Amino acid sequence: MFNYLEYIRESNFPHIWCAGCGDGIILKALIRAIDKLGMSRDESVMVSGIGCSSRTPGYMDINTLHTTHGRALPFATGVKLANPDLKVIVITGDGDATAIGGNHFIHAARRNIDLTVLLYNNYIYGMTGGQCSPMTPVGSKASTAQHGNLEPSFNTSGLAIAAGASFVARTDVYHVQQCEKFISKALQKKGFSLVEIMTPCPTAYGRRNKMANPVTMMEWLKDNMVPVAKYDKMTDQEREGKVSAGILCDIDKAEFTAEYDKLIKKVRTE
Amino acid sequence: MENDSSGQIRMMQGNQACAEGALAAGCRFFAGYPITPSSEIAEHLSVALPKLGGKFIQMEDEIAAMGAIIGASLAGMKSLTATSGPGFSLKQENIGYAGMAEVPCVVINVMRGGPSTGMPTLPAQMDVQQARWGSHGDRGVIVLVADSAQESYEQTIRAFNLAEKYMTPVILLLDEIVGHTTEKVIIPERSEYEIIDRKKPDLPPDKYLPYRETEDLIPVLATFGTGYKYNVTGLCHNETGFPTNDPAIIGAQIKRLTDKIIIHKKDIIRNRMVMLEDAEIAIFAYGSVARSARSALAKCREAGIKAGLFQPTVLWPFPEDDIREVAGRVKGFVVPEMNMGQMAREVERACRRDTPVHRLNRVDGQPITPGEIVDLIKGVV
Ligand SMILES: Cc1ncc(C[n+]2csc(CCOP(=O)(O)OP(=O)(O)O)c2C)c(N)n1
Ligand code: SF4
Repeated sequence: MFNYLEYIRESNFPHIWCAGCGDGIILKALIRAIDKLGMSRDESVMVSGIGCSSRTPGYMDINTLHTTHGRALPFATGVKLANPDLKVIVITGDGDATAIGGNHFIHAARRNIDLTVLLYNNYIYGMTGGQCSPMTPVGSKASTAQHGNLEPSFNTSGLAIAAGASFVARTDVYHVQQCEKFISKALQKKGFSLVEIMTPCPTAYGRRNKMANPVTMMEWLKDNMVPVAKYDKMTDQEREGKVSAGILCDIDKAEFTAEYDKLIKKVRTE
Repeated sequence: MENDSSGQIRMMQGNQACAEGALAAGCRFFAGYPITPSSEIAEHLSVALPKLGGKFIQMEDEIAAMGAIIGASLAGMKSLTATSGPGFSLKQENIGYAGMAEVPCVVINVMRGGPSTGMPTLPAQMDVQQARWGSHGDRGVIVLVADSAQESYEQTIRAFNLAEKYMTPVILLLDEIVGHTTEKVIIPERSEYEIIDRKKPDLPPDKYLPYRETEDLIPVLATFGTGYKYNVTGLCHNETGFPTNDPAIIGAQIKRLTDKIIIHKKDIIRNRMVMLEDAEIAIFAYGSVARSARSALAKCREAGIKAGLFQPTVLWPFPEDDIREVAGRVKGFVVPEMNMGQMAREVERACRRDTPVHRLNRVDGQPITPGEIVDLIKGVV
């Protein structure tokens, strides 16, 4: 069996996550990806915002920076630009990244700065008890949308692509091998890479939306995550309630910190 | 040393002097968002930093700029941001984060008038209390102020030194007059000033505790990437840097954040005392107003009035003991400020009603003239 203990800070357990929360599955997938890539943890930094998802770094034996709500990307930008030799992984929630941190999200993607972002999309504000987020589906219930949410949600991965990201993939914690594979690809990409990971929050989302049982939520992921090639061929009607999964963007282009180093060389020889 | 201009006499704006002072202090990272009357600091550093191998980045807003300098500081670079009123408001949450996580960095606020967008191109001193209390929660803060281009240069160096020494964000306040006035600056020789760098851990990684309680109450934070894997958070944390709910640890941590500044206040506070030995009336003035106060002082002395000047160069921690000492000798204080009396309240508090404090407040974006100060003093004595 894979030895996770080497990578975690055992003294910080038990973790804060509820039974049935998907966040721990992502933690394990990330650990396996890091292990297989042989990444140096001394030279890696995990940066997160605020939320249940953003507690992930605290459980890992690595340099960890738990910042303010929505602001992980600016902090990470500072770390990476100050020392481009560091590998920087950003952990964020759907509220953290697309509500309060929405501006930073598009600008970090636009700069194409070499950050690997794992966005835990659980459709809800988990940590604060289930208020709606910009990712809550229309009609879903939240503690601040008890009559059903009226607001359309973001296509977050699409937003990152439009803003200029190098690598964008969507996956989920039921398809755990795919999840690990995409995290690994994102870690290897030089540029802004995003893995949007659908993860269940039975406590704050499921309970209000007829999926209080974590198994029901897992089954929902199993039944509704559709490979992107198939999704693209589906009619609008068939797409109802489905979410596309797969690599949505993978391109090579100028990365910000590398360009900055070129600029330094240029002005120093002028 | 590259770009060495020490010993030279140069003409520069206060804002440019801040930029030059920052470079002299070893600053190699700037993140900011443009705002009048501070933008020249960013513009100047956008040219100078890459030439020194440093990094400049214009972020999407001031919140992001503040976050970026904290990240850069943890990655080992001395870091700066500069702004004015509205941007200073936006930075507050992350300034508090730097205070809580004890990450050294420097924030320059070139004060304009407010509230809100207020007076973008006019001077004021309306952020002096915000600099102390602007971010939520309780902690000690260090706030410096400069009255000229020369002092902007020197105070920026001092701001970095204090940030590195006390592991805290340090705020430097200029007002629009100081930021935008071009005047002579004598660049000090390198031997004339001290450069302080943050301490490095002296224990191996397996024994290292970033927030261990030390005698001087100042933590030793390792640079990311140097083999010390630890956690930084804005949550209340224990000596390992991990969140805790233990009331004893929380209480001790919050208390330490105030105490680490207070127990060192003698090292931090610096005042300029001019002709206070025999003074009967003391002017308390800082920033550009202190310049008018110096002229007023000369005029008073010519007219046979025994006036003196108490000019703090550090507003917080407030030089309460020094004010108290002067208050025992003079018949009153005169406090001219470009706000509604924000520091006058502190002077009053320090005087404890024993010595009258006379206020002179201008909030119309116009400088306080020496004549106005002289008139007030004449009316008082
Ligand atoms: C400035 C600020 N506003 C609000 C909060 C309260 N808050 C903490 S976490 C959170 C939402 C987290 O939701 P999400 O990012 O989706 O993460 P999850 O908990 O679901 O993983 C909010 C609103 C805060 N900490 N800071
Ligand atoms: S509230 Fe939701 S997201 Fe937070 S730990 Fe519980 S299940 Fe996970």
